[in-house]
Amino acid sequence: MRFYEFEARKIVELAGIPVTKYGFCTSAEEARKVAEEIGGPVVIKSQVLSGGRMKAGGVKFADTPEEAAEHAEEILKLEINGHMPRGVLVDPKAEVKQEYYASVVWDGTAKKPLMLFSDMGGIDIEEVAETHPDHVGRGHVSNLLPIGDFEAKQVVAATGVTGSQLNRATPILARLARLFRDNDMTLAEINPLAELTDGSFVALDAHMEMENEAVGRQKKLLRKELAIAEDDTRETYEPSDFEKNVSAIDAADHRGVIQGKDHGFTGNLGLVIGAGGGSLTLTDAVRNQGGQPANYSEIGGNPSVAKACGLAKEVLEKDGVEKIAVMMSIVSNTRVDIVARGVIKACLELGKDPGETIAIFRIPGAWEEEGFKILDRYGVETCDRSVSMWEAAGRAVSKIQGAPA
Amino acid sequence: MSILLDGDTTFIVQGITGREAVNLTRECLDYGSKIVGGVTPGRKGREVHGVPVFDTVAQAVAHHGGPIDGSVVTVPPAFTKDAVLEAIENGIKLIVIVTERIPRGDVAEMVELAEMRGARIIGPNCLGLIVPEVCKMGGIGGPAKDAAKAYQPGRVGVMSRSGGMTTEISSSLTQAGLGVSTAVSIGGDAIIGSTYAELMPYFEADEQTEAIVIYTEPGGRMEAQLAEWVKDNNSRLPIVAFMAGKFMDDEEMKGMSFGHAGTIVEGKEDTATEKISRLEAAGIRVVERIDEIPDVVKEKIGATA
Repeated sequence: MRFYEFEARKIVELAGIPVTKYGFCTSAEEARKVAEEIGGPVVIKSQVLSGGRMKAGGVKFADTPEEAAEHAEEILKLEINGHMPRGVLVDPKAEVKQEYYASVVWDGTAKKPLMLFSDMGGIDIEEVAETHPDHVGRGHVSNLLPIGDFEAKQVVAATGVTGSQLNRATPILARLARLFRDNDMTLAEINPLAELTDGSFVALDAHMEMENEAVGRQKKLLRKELAIAEDDTRETYEPSDFEKNVSAIDAADHRGVIQGKDHGFTGNLGLVIGAGGGSLTLTDAVRNQGGQPANYSEIGGNPSVAKACGLAKEVLEKDGVEKIAVMMSIVSNTRVDIVARGVIKACLELGKDPGETIAIFRIPGAWEEEGFKILDRYGVETCDRSVSMWEAAGRAVSKIQGAPA
Repeated sequence: MSILLDGDTTFIVQGITGREAVNLTRECLDYGSKIVGGVTPGRKGREVHGVPVFDTVAQAVAHHGGPIDGSVVTVPPAFTKDAVLEAIENGIKLIVIVTERIPRGDVAEMVELAEMRGARIIGPNCLGLIVPEVCKMGGIGGPAKDAAKAYQPGRVGVMSRSGGMTTEISSSLTQAGLGVSTAVSIGGDAIIGSTYAELMPYFEADEQTEAIVIYTEPGGRMEAQLAEWVKDNNSRLPIVAFMAGKFMDDEEMKGMSFGHAGTIVEGKEDTATEKISRLEAAGIRVVERIDEIPDVVKEKIGATA
């Protein structure tokens, strides 16, 4: 789950990391008031879940409250990369002496959170790591033991930072690591972490992402502290009707799991496929043999006839779909006969001939004899494990496009 | 031989009274596995297919009268961490976590404790492991008669991020007459207890294993880690890899998640293309088509024999 900057700043603040006195506003009038309270030059920043807001004109400076209100008015109406802003953040224009970078991410290989620190902040950290590796400090922290300030100190010191800067930056990085762990984040980043002309350190911009699996146990932070609504899930894109319908069918029945995606798919061959790895393998197999999938899907567990039927119907009703291919890797939990009944029912209910509509049925495994028997009755081509997933996908493609050249 | 388990391996099932766990217990017993107890808090005194149920792992160990080798953990995500820590602190050394949707922080915590205590975790979000015709630990391969069809004893070690594809690939090796030494469904999450590289030394030490097949996906750095391991260790085992999800490299699929929780491209290093080139640079053959696997394995075994 992603957060807006104003929320990320709040998270940082709650962890005891200093921030400037900022205000989140949803109208030009509010922005004027906040600018008045700040009483000096301010910066107005669009609050969107998208990068590149500086380039897009989503960040502007103002010397007076009037100017701040004008900028806020414009920015509130400005769409950035397809996203409308949730509001604007009005922040005092900081007198920055030096910019630093601090973050914590997962290192999947070490299986531990990784702290990163650089004295070259404000720019892309990957670029710094490549061009100035000696300016990036790194250090893992334990998942079990308390995180000591000294661990953060070692990381900061590795970049050559010393003096009062070291002593100011150390607790900030340590707190960032603790908030990462405590709040189930997958990314906790402060960039830039600014040293102001008076020597103090503040987080000028922050970027946070929380693991979706942990949202349920982070209610205190999400609902109470940040007041984020339950249905505000921050998906990376708006689900299509197909995707919403498949989710609804899945939610209506606890048996088995079905998923469907069609974002980025525009072909004529509907895919009723599974399970996780099988679906990835089959989608590639269709595409690599010249086929054009109309969608992606996953059947998992042991779904009911109604669920399998629901998925097949949604796929068949998509624009441009001429045939469907029903394929899975060898199943032990999913019952072949139930999926067979489901896809035949879908064809019949839509007034289609299963033998014509189902290009291929390749699901070997539990209850396959029963399943194949039913499909035979309707003239559907079936295959067992002696036909590979690649071969089955190829047969489906040639049926829809004629024999391959 | 085999890796990690054999015919003498004893294990318990934590969460044994759950619907899926009851099936899994039946399947494993039918296949010849030695399940010596089950744990579900509050259900002490019951039996599941003749297996006694206890409230705590300690009770199961006491009843068994000595150390228990393994545990299959199939409890809801919110309770998994505690169940695994309980298993580790009661001396269990091999833990298969079936549960999916466990937050990464919990997984990392379990793995760190396991390392401290010398225990090994397989999964989460996996189907476990199987030694053909000997025993299986987890739902891998399904009911005993289905498992027998897909898994025959043989020369190839299998590791896969997908549970279903473990069986699909093993079945093709069985059909080709190569057979399987041990197959491990390692799990589809971003952080897992045992990666390819971490299991390689076991296969390396197993005389029965003559080649390795891995099933891989975009997301994470597990394949890069394997490539590094191969370069550093002068392994005797040829490795054949299959990469699924190449379509995810397309621009319009960026940031989308498919297949498993760990199957998401977050950076350039996570893409299928990048991973394939890393694997190939380490001398690992990456096949284009899933059905090429058995022939390529035969070719490789011939070449190194």
